[in-house]
Amino acid sequence: MSKKSDYMISRRQFVGGVIGVLGAVMTALVGIPVIGYLISPAARKRGGFQWTPLGPASALQPGVPTPFSFSQLREVGWKRTKINHTVYVVSDESQNSLVALSDVCTHLSCKVRWIADKGTFFCPCHSGVFDKDGNVVSGPPPRPLNRYEAKIENGQIMIWAEV
Amino acid sequence: MATRVLNWLEERAGLSAIYKAVLDRKVPKVNWWYTLGSASLFLALMQAVTGIFLSMYYVPTPEEAYNSIQYIMNDVAFGWLIRGIHHWGATLMVITVFVHMLRVFFYGAYKYPRELTWLTGVILLLVTLGFGFTGYLLPWNQRSYWATAVGTSIVSTVPLVGDFLMRVVRGGEDISFLTLSRFFGVHIWVLPAVLFSVIGIHLYLIIRNGISYVPRRDE
Repeated sequence: MSKKSDYMISRRQFVGGVIGVLGAVMTALVGIPVIGYLISPAARKRGGFQWTPLGPASALQPGVPTPFSFSQLREVGWKRTKINHTVYVVSDESQNSLVALSDVCTHLSCKVRWIADKGTFFCPCHSGVFDKDGNVVSGPPPRPLNRYEAKIENGQIMIWAEV
Repeated sequence: MATRVLNWLEERAGLSAIYKAVLDRKVPKVNWWYTLGSASLFLALMQAVTGIFLSMYYVPTPEEAYNSIQYIMNDVAFGWLIRGIHHWGATLMVITVFVHMLRVFFYGAYKYPRELTWLTGVILLLVTLGFGFTGYLLPWNQRSYWATAVGTSIVSTVPLVGDFLMRVVRGGEDISFLTLSRFFGVHIWVLPAVLFSVIGIHLYLIIRNGISYVPRRDE
């Protein structure tokens, strides 16, 4: 039997070290896959953009935002889910200028709605107010409403939107 | 620095007393059969961890249950691994818990003063089987559906109240979305709560009474 001091580390320290290393290896073996597992849906690639028909240009009222709706087919998990969007289109008499506004509030993504009496868009979540061209009038929104690229083709309003 | 942090903690929480009681307790010279309890505990923790991660994608409805598992297996990164561990860990856990019971039985380790440890162990075995029974339905495939049809029909053979008990287990006359959601609730809430509470008592008793030595031939 050797005295304890003959060794650089004791049996207890050695066993403790081995358990520590094995524990770290096992944690990494399980932990790294788990990170991939959890972030997996976030890594989904997004669809491209295309010209999407909204509706007939004849439905436009000059100077007033007119709501149109379109839907995206999104792949959510194992399902294709229809997501509906509303777009407010504002034009002048000649339909030369065409502004297509997203109804998603630029503050924290609630849906704004057009209040015809006041001539403003209103977001009910934190009382954000925008004018008919989407510029911020009051409230917390940091920037104007997002705009889609828009055109009229064969009497149809088209916007450049994500599929 | 590390020593200072440890000393600071020690002075306030006294963790070394717990460490000594749990890991530095005296044990007799024993054999590999004595590792089955720790193996069962490790598997229980593994099932809890993988089960928590599975519940992030699994949807307990007849429409989505099967599809959500297909999604976990084929589309989610390492989903096959997480579900594989849960699937095989479940089978392995039933085996280790059962062999652990056999070891205690054949060594006579259930005798005074360890009767309570044995009784709580019986509860843990039954809870483990309950996990197996409720978890089996969750994939909602043909095998799990008919296994549950058989299992719940066995309940109805109890004299007098059998039919009523079967309706309680199924959540109605038939195996339906109510059966699936109550099996899911029992599997992820009720049984884990019971399991880990009783494991706590079981471990306390083991630490308090110490473990029995391997019986000698002349005993």
